[in-house]
Amino acid sequence: MKEFMLIFRHEDGNKVASPEQIQIWMKQTMDWIGGIAAQNKFVSGTGLPFDESRVVHFNNVVTNGPFGEIKETIGGYIVVKADTVEEAVEFAKGCPVLQGDGNTVEVRKILDRPSLKYSEASAETANEK
Amino acid sequence: MEQQELIPHLFRTEYRKITAVLCKTFGADNIDIAEDITGETFLSALETWPYKGVPQNPVAWLYLVEKNKAKNYLTRDHVFSEKISTQIISNSTGIEETEIDLSDKNIKDSQLQMLFAVCHPAISVESQIGLALRILCGFGIDEIANALLSNKETINKRLFRAKEKLRAEKIKIEFPDEAEIGKRLDTVLTTLYLLFSEGYYSESRDVVLREDLCLEAMRLTYLLIENEQTNQPKVKALFALMCFHASRFEARKTENGEIILYHDQDESLWNNEIIAKGAYYLHQASQENEISKYHLEAAIAYMNTIKADTREKWENILQYYNLLLQLEYSPVAALNRTYALSKVHGKQAAITEAEKLKLEGNHFYYTLLGELYTSIDDEKALQHLKKAILLAKTNTDRQTIQRKIETFTVTR
Repeated sequence: MKEFMLIFRHEDGNKVASPEQIQIWMKQTMDWIGGIAAQNKFVSGTGLPFDESRVVHFNNVVTNGPFGEIKETIGGYIVVKADTVEEAVEFAKGCPVLQGDGNTVEVRKILDRPSLKYSEASAETANEK
Repeated sequence: MEQQELIPHLFRTEYRKITAVLCKTFGADNIDIAEDITGETFLSALETWPYKGVPQNPVAWLYLVEKNKAKNYLTRDHVFSEKISTQIISNSTGIEETEIDLSDKNIKDSQLQMLFAVCHPAISVESQIGLALRILCGFGIDEIANALLSNKETINKRLFRAKEKLRAEKIKIEFPDEAEIGKRLDTVLTTLYLLFSEGYYSESRDVVLREDLCLEAMRLTYLLIENEQTNQPKVKALFALMCFHASRFEARKTENGEIILYHDQDESLWNNEIIAKGAYYLHQASQENEISKYHLEAAIAYMNTIKADTREKWENILQYYNLLLQLEYSPVAALNRTYALSKVHGKQAAITEAEKLKLEGNHFYYTLLGELYTSIDDEKALQHLKKAILLAKTNTDRQTIQRKIETFTVTR
Protein backbone atom coordinates (compact mmCIF):
# COMPACT_ATOMS: atom_id res chain seq x y z
CA MET A 1 0.00 0.00 0.00
CA LYS A 2 1.25 3.47 -0.89
CA GLU A 3 1.45 6.50 1.34
CA PHE A 4 0.26 9.96 0.44
CA MET A 5 0.74 13.28 2.14
CA LEU A 6 -2.26 15.59 2.28
CA ILE A 7 -1.03 19.17 2.70
CA PHE A 8 -3.49 21.81 3.93
CA ARG A 9 -2.98 25.19 2.29
CA HIS A 10 -4.77 28.27 3.55
CA GLU A 11 -5.20 31.10 1.13
CA ASP A 12 -4.62 33.79 3.74
CA GLY A 13 -2.97 32.95 7.02
CA ASN A 14 -3.59 36.44 8.34
CA LYS A 15 -7.32 35.92 8.66
CA VAL A 16 -8.12 35.69 12.32
CA ALA A 17 -10.86 33.30 13.39
CA SER A 18 -12.73 33.45 16.68
CA PRO A 19 -11.78 30.94 19.38
CA GLU A 20 -15.25 29.36 19.01
CA GLN A 21 -14.75 28.97 15.27
CA ILE A 22 -11.30 27.46 15.83
CA GLN A 23 -12.85 25.06 18.35
CA ILE A 24 -15.39 23.89 15.77
CA TRP A 25 -12.72 23.42 13.10
CA MET A 26 -10.59 21.49 15.52
CA LYS A 27 -13.42 19.07 16.28
CA GLN A 28 -14.26 18.68 12.60
CA THR A 29 -10.63 18.02 11.77
CA MET A 30 -10.32 15.48 14.55
CA ASP A 31 -13.49 13.73 13.35
CA TRP A 32 -12.15 13.68 9.81
CA ILE A 33 -8.78 12.23 10.90
CA GLY A 34 -10.54 9.83 13.28
CA GLY A 35 -12.61 8.53 10.36
CA ILE A 36 -9.45 7.81 8.38
CA ALA A 37 -7.78 6.22 11.41
CA ALA A 38 -10.88 4.05 11.96
CA GLN A 39 -10.20 2.54 8.53
CA ASN A 40 -6.62 1.88 9.60
CA LYS A 41 -5.40 4.27 6.91
CA PHE A 42 -3.85 6.98 9.10
CA VAL A 43 -0.06 7.12 9.32
CA SER A 44 0.89 10.43 10.92
CA GLY A 45 0.24 14.12 10.82
CA THR A 46 0.19 17.38 12.68
CA GLY A 47 -1.01 20.93 12.60
CA LEU A 48 1.59 23.61 11.98
CA PRO A 49 1.00 26.66 14.19
CA PHE A 50 2.20 30.08 13.07
CA ASP A 51 3.96 31.00 16.27
CA GLU A 52 7.64 30.22 16.49
CA SER A 53 7.95 29.97 12.75
CA ARG A 54 10.72 31.41 10.62
CA VAL A 55 11.67 31.45 6.98
CA VAL A 56 15.32 31.08 6.08
CA HIS A 57 16.21 32.69 2.73
CA PHE A 58 19.14 32.77 0.38
CA ASN A 59 22.32 33.91 2.17
CA ASN A 60 20.83 32.76 5.47
CA VAL A 61 18.55 35.73 5.82
CA VAL A 62 15.95 34.84 8.43
CA THR A 63 12.49 36.38 8.49
CA ASN A 64 9.57 35.93 10.82
CA GLY A 65 6.90 33.43 9.89
CA PRO A 66 5.53 32.53 6.50
CA PHE A 67 3.24 35.60 6.60
CA GLY A 68 3.04 38.77 4.69
CA GLU A 69 4.99 38.40 1.56
CA ILE A 70 3.46 35.06 0.55
CA LYS A 71 -0.23 34.69 0.17
CA GLU A 72 -0.52 31.03 0.95
CA THR A 73 0.41 29.25 4.16
CA ILE A 74 0.58 25.62 5.14
CA GLY A 75 -1.60 24.88 8.16
CA GLY A 76 -0.71 21.24 8.61
CA TYR A 77 -0.52 17.87 6.93
CA ILE A 78 -1.40 14.24 7.41
CA VAL A 79 0.03 11.11 5.84
CA VAL A 80 -2.46 8.39 4.84
CA LYS A 81 -2.28 4.89 3.43
CA ALA A 82 -4.07 4.39 0.12
CA ASP A 83 -3.90 1.98 -2.81
CA THR A 84 -4.28 4.71 -5.40
CA VAL A 85 -4.06 8.46 -5.65
CA GLU A 86 -7.82 8.45 -6.29
CA GLU A 87 -8.42 6.86 -2.88
CA ALA A 88 -6.19 9.48 -1.25
CA VAL A 89 -8.14 12.19 -3.08
CA GLU A 90 -11.38 10.79 -1.62
CA PHE A 91 -9.88 11.21 1.86
CA ALA A 92 -8.78 14.76 1.01
CA LYS A 93 -12.31 15.71 -0.09
CA GLY A 94 -13.51 15.36 3.50
CA CYS A 95 -10.92 17.77 4.90
CA PRO A 96 -12.59 20.66 6.79
CA VAL A 97 -9.91 23.07 5.48
CA LEU A 98 -11.80 22.98 2.18
CA GLN A 99 -14.72 24.81 3.77
CA GLY A 100 -12.69 28.00 3.26
CA ASP A 101 -12.95 29.38 -0.26
CA GLY A 102 -9.52 29.45 -1.87
CA ASN A 103 -8.03 26.88 0.49
CA THR A 104 -6.64 23.69 -1.00
CA VAL A 105 -5.49 20.24 0.00
CA GLU A 106 -2.56 19.05 -2.03
CA VAL A 107 -2.19 15.28 -2.41
CA ARG A 108 1.37 14.07 -2.89
CA LYS A 109 2.67 10.55 -3.10
CA ILE A 110 5.45 9.74 -0.67
CA LEU A 111 8.48 8.10 -2.25
CA ASP A 112 8.50 4.35 -1.65
CA ARG A 113 11.15 3.34 0.78
CA PRO A 114 13.68 1.10 -0.94
CA SER A 115 12.65 -2.38 0.16
CA LEU A 116 15.00 -4.92 1.67
CA LYS A 117 14.24 -7.38 -1.11
CA TYR A 118 15.44 -4.91 -3.67
CA SER A 119 18.75 -4.29 -1.91
CA GLU A 120 19.29 -8.03 -1.41
CA ALA A 121 18.64 -8.65 -5.08
CA SER A 122 21.02 -5.91 -6.11
CA ALA A 123 23.64 -7.26 -3.72
CA GLU A 124 23.29 -10.68 -5.34
CA THR A 125 23.66 -9.33 -8.84
CA ALA A 126 26.66 -7.35 -7.65
CA ASN A 127 28.23 -10.55 -6.35
CA GLU A 128 27.57 -12.37 -9.57
CA LYS A 129 29.52 -9.75 -11.41
CA MET B 1 -10.20 -17.38 60.77
CA GLU B 2 -10.96 -21.09 60.82
CA GLN B 3 -8.01 -23.33 60.22
CA GLN B 4 -9.38 -24.89 57.05
CA GLU B 5 -9.74 -21.40 55.61
CA LEU B 6 -6.47 -20.12 57.00
CA ILE B 7 -4.10 -22.25 54.95
CA PRO B 8 -5.76 -21.55 51.57
CA HIS B 9 -5.84 -17.89 52.54
CA LEU B 10 -2.14 -17.88 53.39
CA PHE B 11 -1.47 -19.81 50.22
CA ARG B 12 -3.13 -16.98 48.30
CA THR B 13 -1.21 -14.21 50.01
CA GLU B 14 2.16 -15.81 50.81
CA TYR B 15 2.87 -18.39 48.10
CA ARG B 16 3.68 -15.76 45.49
CA LYS B 17 5.86 -13.74 47.86
CA ILE B 18 7.99 -16.67 48.94
CA THR B 19 8.25 -18.07 45.43
CA ALA B 20 9.34 -14.71 44.01
CA VAL B 21 12.06 -14.33 46.64
CA LEU B 22 13.33 -17.87 46.04
CA CYS B 23 13.29 -17.40 42.27
CA LYS B 24 15.30 -14.25 42.71
CA THR B 25 17.76 -16.02 45.03
CA PHE B 26 18.14 -19.13 42.88
CA GLY B 27 17.93 -17.49 39.47
CA ALA B 28 15.57 -17.99 36.53
CA ASP B 29 17.07 -21.43 35.80
CA ASN B 30 15.61 -22.83 38.98
CA ILE B 31 12.01 -21.65 39.09
CA ASP B 32 10.87 -25.27 39.47
CA ILE B 33 12.98 -25.71 42.60
CA ALA B 34 11.64 -22.46 44.05
CA GLU B 35 8.11 -23.70 43.43
CA ASP B 36 8.87 -27.10 44.93
CA ILE B 37 10.32 -25.66 48.12
CA THR B 38 7.37 -23.33 48.56
CA GLY B 39 5.00 -26.21 47.90
CA GLU B 40 6.76 -28.34 50.53
CA THR B 41 6.52 -25.51 53.04
CA PHE B 42 2.76 -25.35 52.71
CA LEU B 43 2.58 -29.12 52.85
CA SER B 44 4.40 -28.97 56.21
CA ALA B 45 1.83 -26.49 57.47
CA LEU B 46 -0.99 -28.78 56.34
CA GLU B 47 0.63 -31.71 58.12
CA THR B 48 1.70 -29.97 61.33
CA TRP B 49 -0.93 -27.40 62.20
CA PRO B 50 -3.90 -29.75 62.66
CA TYR B 51 -1.94 -31.64 65.35
CA LYS B 52 0.21 -29.01 67.00
CA GLY B 53 -2.19 -26.15 66.55
CA VAL B 54 -1.81 -23.03 64.44
CA PRO B 55 1.32 -21.09 65.41
CA GLN B 56 0.83 -17.65 66.93
CA ASN B 57 2.29 -15.96 63.90
CA PRO B 58 1.52 -18.27 60.97
CA VAL B 59 3.30 -16.12 58.38
CA ALA B 60 6.51 -16.00 60.42
CA TRP B 61 6.25 -19.77 60.81
CA LEU B 62 5.98 -20.24 57.06
CA TYR B 63 8.93 -17.94 56.42
CA LEU B 64 11.10 -19.76 58.94
CA VAL B 65 10.27 -23.19 57.54
CA GLU B 66 10.86 -21.88 54.04
CA LYS B 67 14.26 -20.50 54.98
CA ASN B 68 15.32 -23.79 56.56
CA LYS B 69 14.11 -25.84 53.64
CA ALA B 70 15.94 -23.58 51.22
CA LYS B 71 19.13 -23.79 53.27
CA ASN B 72 18.88 -27.56 53.52
CA TYR B 73 18.43 -27.71 49.82
CA LEU B 74 21.53 -25.64 49.25
CA THR B 75 23.78 -27.69 51.52
CA ARG B 76 22.29 -31.08 50.62
CA ASP B 77 22.06 -30.88 46.90
CA HIS B 78 25.60 -30.52 45.64
CA VAL B 79 24.67 -30.56 42.02
CA PHE B 80 22.30 -27.75 42.62
CA SER B 81 24.65 -25.76 44.81
CA GLU B 82 27.39 -26.07 42.22
CA LYS B 83 25.03 -24.86 39.57
CA ILE B 84 24.00 -21.79 41.44
CA SER B 85 27.17 -21.29 43.45
CA THR B 86 28.67 -19.08 40.76
CA GLN B 87 25.69 -16.85 41.04
CA ILE B 88 25.75 -16.66 44.79
CA ILE B 89 29.51 -16.27 45.00
CA SER B 90 29.28 -13.39 42.59
CA ASN B 91 26.97 -11.87 45.16
CA SER B 92 29.97 -12.27 47.51
CA THR B 93 28.33 -14.56 50.05
CA GLY B 94 29.12 -18.20 50.58
CA ILE B 95 26.44 -20.86 50.43
CA GLU B 96 26.38 -21.23 54.21
CA GLU B 97 25.66 -17.58 54.73
CA THR B 98 23.08 -17.36 51.99
CA GLU B 99 20.26 -15.67 53.75
CA ILE B 100 16.80 -16.00 52.32
CA ASP B 101 15.68 -12.43 52.76
CA LEU B 102 11.93 -12.36 53.34
CA SER B 103 11.73 -8.72 54.33
CA ASP B 104 8.89 -6.64 52.90
CA LYS B 105 11.29 -4.72 50.74
CA ASN B 106 12.96 -7.75 49.24
CA ILE B 107 9.60 -9.41 48.65
CA LYS B 108 8.40 -6.38 46.69
CA ASP B 109 11.68 -6.03 44.80
CA SER B 110 11.71 -9.72 43.94
CA GLN B 111 8.11 -9.66 42.72
CA LEU B 112 8.82 -6.61 40.61
CA GLN B 113 11.94 -8.15 39.09
CA MET B 114 10.09 -11.41 38.45
CA LEU B 115 7.36 -9.41 36.73
CA PHE B 116 9.92 -8.01 34.32
CA ALA B 117 11.48 -11.45 33.77
CA VAL B 118 8.12 -13.12 33.15
CA CYS B 119 7.03 -10.36 30.77
CA HIS B 120 10.16 -10.66 28.70
CA PRO B 121 9.51 -10.01 25.00
CA ALA B 122 11.15 -13.35 24.12
CA ILE B 123 8.29 -15.25 25.78
CA SER B 124 4.96 -15.57 24.00
CA VAL B 125 2.17 -13.49 25.48
CA GLU B 126 0.10 -16.59 26.26
CA SER B 127 2.96 -18.06 28.24
CA GLN B 128 3.61 -14.76 29.97
CA ILE B 129 0.05 -14.74 31.26
CA GLY B 130 0.26 -18.35 32.41
CA LEU B 131 3.57 -17.83 34.13
CA ALA B 132 2.41 -14.61 35.76
CA LEU B 133 -0.67 -16.37 37.13
CA ARG B 134 1.41 -19.25 38.44
CA ILE B 135 4.46 -17.53 39.90
CA LEU B 136 3.29 -14.01 40.60
CA CYS B 137 -0.30 -14.71 41.60
CA GLY B 138 0.02 -18.20 43.07
CA PHE B 139 -2.79 -19.70 40.98
CA GLY B 140 -3.05 -23.46 40.73
CA ILE B 141 -2.83 -25.16 37.34
CA ASP B 142 -6.54 -26.06 37.57
CA GLU B 143 -7.47 -22.49 38.28
CA ILE B 144 -5.41 -21.17 35.39
CA ALA B 145 -6.96 -23.73 33.06
CA ASN B 146 -10.44 -22.82 34.26
CA ALA B 147 -9.89 -19.08 34.01
CA LEU B 148 -8.39 -19.28 30.52
CA LEU B 149 -10.95 -21.91 29.43
CA SER B 150 -8.21 -24.34 28.64
CA ASN B 151 -7.11 -27.67 30.10
CA LYS B 152 -4.39 -28.72 32.52
CA GLU B 153 -2.18 -30.33 29.87
CA THR B 154 -2.14 -27.24 27.69
CA ILE B 155 -1.36 -24.97 30.62
CA ASN B 156 1.37 -27.28 31.88
CA LYS B 157 2.95 -27.37 28.43
CA ARG B 158 2.73 -23.62 28.18
CA LEU B 159 4.42 -23.13 31.55
CA PHE B 160 7.09 -25.67 30.68
CA ARG B 161 7.89 -23.90 27.43
CA ALA B 162 7.97 -20.52 29.17
CA LYS B 163 10.43 -21.73 31.80
CA GLU B 164 12.56 -23.33 29.10
CA LYS B 165 12.60 -20.03 27.25
CA LEU B 166 13.68 -18.20 30.41
CA ARG B 167 16.62 -20.59 30.65
CA ALA B 168 17.49 -20.58 26.97
CA GLU B 169 17.42 -16.81 26.68
CA LYS B 170 19.40 -16.53 29.93
CA ILE B 171 16.87 -14.03 31.20
CA LYS B 172 18.05 -12.53 34.47
CA ILE B 173 15.71 -11.77 37.32
CA GLU B 174 16.66 -8.17 37.71
CA PHE B 175 15.42 -4.69 37.22
CA PRO B 176 16.03 -3.51 33.64
CA ASP B 177 18.53 -0.72 32.96
CA GLU B 178 17.34 2.85 33.04
CA ALA B 179 17.72 3.02 29.26
CA GLU B 180 15.71 -0.14 28.67
CA ILE B 181 13.00 0.39 31.22
CA GLY B 182 10.60 2.32 29.01
CA LYS B 183 10.49 -0.38 26.35
CA ARG B 184 10.33 -3.27 28.80
CA LEU B 185 7.64 -1.51 30.80
CA ASP B 186 5.44 -1.41 27.69
CA THR B 187 5.56 -5.21 27.42
CA VAL B 188 4.77 -5.55 31.11
CA LEU B 189 1.79 -3.22 30.79
CA THR B 190 0.49 -5.11 27.75
CA THR B 191 0.60 -8.37 29.70
CA LEU B 192 -1.10 -6.85 32.75
CA TYR B 193 -3.76 -5.32 30.49
CA LEU B 194 -4.37 -8.73 28.87
CA LEU B 195 -4.39 -10.45 32.25
CA PHE B 196 -7.09 -8.06 33.36
CA SER B 197 -9.07 -8.59 30.14
CA GLU B 198 -8.78 -12.37 30.48
CA GLY B 199 -10.60 -12.06 33.78
CA TYR B 200 -13.02 -9.38 32.70
CA TYR B 201 -14.15 -11.08 29.52
CA SER B 202 -13.62 -14.66 30.62
CA GLU B 203 -16.44 -17.03 29.79
CA SER B 204 -15.58 -19.08 32.84
CA ARG B 205 -18.57 -19.73 35.10
CA ASP B 206 -16.48 -19.23 38.19
CA VAL B 207 -17.37 -15.68 39.25
CA VAL B 208 -14.85 -15.48 42.09
CA LEU B 209 -12.04 -16.69 39.89
CA ARG B 210 -12.82 -14.18 37.15
CA GLU B 211 -12.69 -11.32 39.63
CA ASP B 212 -9.54 -12.69 41.21
CA LEU B 213 -7.81 -12.53 37.86
CA CYS B 214 -8.71 -8.86 37.51
CA LEU B 215 -7.72 -8.05 41.08
CA GLU B 216 -4.36 -9.77 40.61
CA ALA B 217 -3.71 -7.71 37.48
CA MET B 218 -4.54 -4.61 39.51
CA ARG B 219 -2.30 -5.69 42.37
CA LEU B 220 0.65 -6.20 40.03
CA THR B 221 0.02 -2.86 38.34
CA TYR B 222 -0.05 -1.24 41.75
CA LEU B 223 3.32 -2.83 42.48
CA LEU B 224 4.67 -0.76 39.58
CA ILE B 225 3.05 2.39 40.97
CA GLU B 226 4.72 1.84 44.33
CA ASN B 227 8.13 1.72 42.70
CA GLU B 228 9.63 5.09 41.91
CA GLN B 229 11.20 4.17 38.57
CA THR B 230 8.09 2.53 37.22
CA ASN B 231 5.59 4.98 38.65
CA GLN B 232 5.04 6.51 35.21
CA PRO B 233 1.96 8.27 33.85
CA LYS B 234 1.01 5.34 31.58
CA VAL B 235 1.15 2.94 34.55
CA LYS B 236 -1.18 5.16 36.56
CA ALA B 237 -3.44 5.50 33.54
CA LEU B 238 -3.66 1.71 33.16
CA PHE B 239 -4.47 1.37 36.85
CA ALA B 240 -7.22 3.99 36.48
CA LEU B 241 -8.63 2.10 33.49
CA MET B 242 -8.72 -1.11 35.51
CA CYS B 243 -10.48 0.70 38.37
CA PHE B 244 -13.25 2.03 36.11
CA HIS B 245 -13.88 -1.41 34.63
CA ALA B 246 -13.67 -3.13 38.00
CA SER B 247 -16.26 -0.73 39.43
CA ARG B 248 -18.84 -2.53 37.30
CA PHE B 249 -18.08 -6.10 38.43
CA GLU B 250 -21.32 -6.41 40.38
CA ALA B 251 -23.49 -4.85 37.74
CA ARG B 252 -22.33 -6.46 34.52
CA LYS B 253 -23.20 -10.10 34.95
CA THR B 254 -26.10 -12.08 36.26
CA GLU B 255 -25.51 -14.82 38.77
CA ASN B 256 -25.41 -17.30 35.90
CA GLY B 257 -22.66 -15.34 34.22
CA GLU B 258 -24.82 -13.81 31.50
CA ILE B 259 -23.62 -10.41 30.44
CA ILE B 260 -25.84 -7.47 31.34
CA LEU B 261 -25.31 -4.80 28.73
CA TYR B 262 -24.19 -1.37 29.88
CA HIS B 263 -27.57 0.24 29.24
CA ASP B 264 -29.41 -2.36 31.27
CA GLN B 265 -27.03 -2.26 34.22
CA ASP B 266 -28.23 -1.20 37.65
CA GLU B 267 -26.08 1.85 38.38
CA SER B 268 -26.59 1.47 42.10
CA LEU B 269 -24.39 -1.62 41.83
CA TRP B 270 -21.48 0.37 40.44
CA ASN B 271 -18.77 0.75 43.04
CA ASN B 272 -18.29 4.48 43.59
CA GLU B 273 -15.30 4.00 45.82
CA ILE B 274 -13.35 2.29 43.03
CA ILE B 275 -14.56 4.87 40.52
CA ALA B 276 -13.16 7.62 42.79
CA LYS B 277 -9.88 5.75 43.03
CA GLY B 278 -9.73 5.51 39.24
CA ALA B 279 -10.46 9.22 38.90
CA TYR B 280 -7.64 9.98 41.34
CA TYR B 281 -5.10 7.94 39.37
CA LEU B 282 -6.30 9.27 36.02
CA HIS B 283 -5.80 12.78 37.37
CA GLN B 284 -2.33 11.83 38.64
CA ALA B 285 -1.53 10.28 35.25
CA SER B 286 -2.45 13.48 33.45
CA GLN B 287 0.02 15.76 35.26
CA GLU B 288 2.67 15.33 32.63
CA ASN B 289 2.54 15.91 28.93
CA GLU B 290 2.18 12.27 27.99
CA ILE B 291 -0.80 10.57 26.41
CA SER B 292 -0.73 6.81 26.09
CA LYS B 293 -3.49 4.58 24.83
CA TYR B 294 -4.17 3.76 28.48
CA HIS B 295 -4.86 7.44 29.17
CA LEU B 296 -7.41 7.54 26.38
CA GLU B 297 -9.05 4.24 27.26
CA ALA B 298 -9.22 5.31 30.90
CA ALA B 299 -10.74 8.64 29.92
CA ILE B 300 -13.37 6.82 27.85
CA ALA B 301 -14.07 4.41 30.69
CA TYR B 302 -14.40 7.37 33.04
CA MET B 303 -16.96 8.97 30.71
CA ASN B 304 -18.89 5.72 30.86
CA THR B 305 -19.19 6.02 34.62
CA ILE B 306 -21.60 8.88 33.88
CA LYS B 307 -24.73 7.15 32.71
CA ALA B 308 -26.67 10.22 31.53
CA ASP B 309 -26.72 10.33 27.72
CA THR B 310 -25.58 13.91 27.19
CA ARG B 311 -24.21 15.22 23.92
CA GLU B 312 -21.19 16.59 25.79
CA LYS B 313 -20.33 13.15 27.11
CA TRP B 314 -20.50 11.58 23.67
CA GLU B 315 -18.50 14.40 22.08
CA ASN B 316 -15.75 13.75 24.59
CA ILE B 317 -15.87 10.01 23.96
CA LEU B 318 -15.75 10.56 20.20
CA GLN B 319 -12.69 12.80 20.50
CA TYR B 320 -10.92 10.28 22.74
CA TYR B 321 -11.60 7.53 20.18
CA ASN B 322 -10.32 9.79 17.40
CA LEU B 323 -7.04 10.15 19.28
CA LEU B 324 -6.88 6.52 20.34
CA LEU B 325 -7.20 5.33 16.74
CA GLN B 326 -4.39 7.63 15.67
CA LEU B 327 -2.15 6.11 18.34
CA GLU B 328 -3.14 2.52 17.69
CA TYR B 329 -5.74 1.10 15.36
CA SER B 330 -7.97 -1.70 16.54
CA PRO B 331 -11.27 -2.93 15.08
CA VAL B 332 -12.98 -2.61 18.48
CA ALA B 333 -11.95 1.03 18.80
CA ALA B 334 -13.05 1.70 15.21
CA LEU B 335 -16.50 0.23 15.92
CA ASN B 336 -16.90 2.02 19.23
CA ARG B 337 -15.86 5.28 17.64
CA THR B 338 -18.58 4.88 15.05
CA TYR B 339 -21.14 4.25 17.77
CA ALA B 340 -20.01 7.42 19.58
CA LEU B 341 -20.23 9.26 16.25
CA SER B 342 -23.87 8.19 15.89
CA LYS B 343 -24.58 9.71 19.30
CA VAL B 344 -23.04 13.03 18.25
CA HIS B 345 -23.81 13.36 14.53
CA GLY B 346 -26.76 10.99 14.17
CA LYS B 347 -27.29 7.51 12.82
CA GLN B 348 -27.24 8.41 9.13
CA ALA B 349 -23.76 9.97 9.36
CA ALA B 350 -22.58 6.97 11.38
CA ILE B 351 -23.89 4.49 8.78
CA THR B 352 -21.83 6.23 6.10
CA GLU B 353 -18.72 6.00 8.30
CA ALA B 354 -19.47 2.44 9.40
CA GLU B 355 -19.72 1.16 5.85
CA LYS B 356 -16.18 2.40 5.18
CA LEU B 357 -14.76 0.25 7.99
CA LYS B 358 -14.90 -2.96 5.96
CA LEU B 359 -14.89 -5.27 8.96
CA GLU B 360 -16.92 -8.05 7.35
CA GLY B 361 -16.07 -11.15 9.34
CA ASN B 362 -16.42 -9.32 12.64
CA HIS B 363 -19.79 -9.95 14.29
CA PHE B 364 -19.58 -6.70 16.24
CA TYR B 365 -19.51 -4.90 12.89
CA TYR B 366 -22.90 -6.33 11.98
CA THR B 367 -24.24 -5.78 15.49
CA LEU B 368 -23.28 -2.11 15.14
CA LEU B 369 -24.89 -1.85 11.70
CA GLY B 370 -27.98 -3.53 13.12
CA GLU B 371 -28.09 -0.94 15.89
CA LEU B 372 -27.54 1.97 13.50
CA TYR B 373 -30.18 0.84 11.00
CA THR B 374 -32.74 0.31 13.76
CA SER B 375 -35.69 2.70 13.18
CA ILE B 376 -34.04 3.94 9.98
CA ASP B 377 -34.47 0.74 8.01
CA ASP B 378 -35.62 -2.09 10.25
CA GLU B 379 -35.48 -4.65 7.45
CA LYS B 380 -31.77 -3.94 6.95
CA ALA B 381 -31.19 -3.84 10.69
CA LEU B 382 -32.60 -7.36 10.99
CA GLN B 383 -30.48 -8.62 8.10
CA HIS B 384 -27.34 -7.32 9.76
CA LEU B 385 -28.23 -8.85 13.12
CA LYS B 386 -28.81 -12.21 11.43
CA LYS B 387 -25.36 -11.99 9.86
CA ALA B 388 -23.95 -11.08 13.26
CA ILE B 389 -25.40 -14.15 14.93
CA LEU B 390 -23.83 -16.42 12.32
CA LEU B 391 -20.41 -14.92 12.97
CA ALA B 392 -20.62 -14.68 16.78
CA LYS B 393 -18.01 -16.78 18.53
CA THR B 394 -19.35 -17.22 22.04
CA ASN B 395 -22.69 -18.27 23.49
CA THR B 396 -22.95 -15.04 25.43
CA ASP B 397 -22.63 -13.00 22.24
CA ARG B 398 -25.17 -15.18 20.43
CA GLN B 399 -27.64 -14.77 23.29
CA THR B 400 -27.19 -11.00 23.32
CA ILE B 401 -27.80 -10.74 19.58
CA GLN B 402 -30.72 -13.16 19.75
CA ARG B 403 -32.41 -10.98 22.36
CA LYS B 404 -32.05 -7.99 20.03
CA ILE B 405 -33.53 -9.92 17.11
CA GLU B 406 -36.46 -10.90 19.32
CA THR B 407 -37.25 -7.27 20.20
CA PHE B 408 -37.66 -6.71 16.46
CA THR B 409 -40.07 -9.54 15.88
CA VAL B 410 -42.10 -8.41 18.88
CA THR B 411 -42.45 -4.78 17.77
CA ARG B 412 -43.21 -5.62 14.15
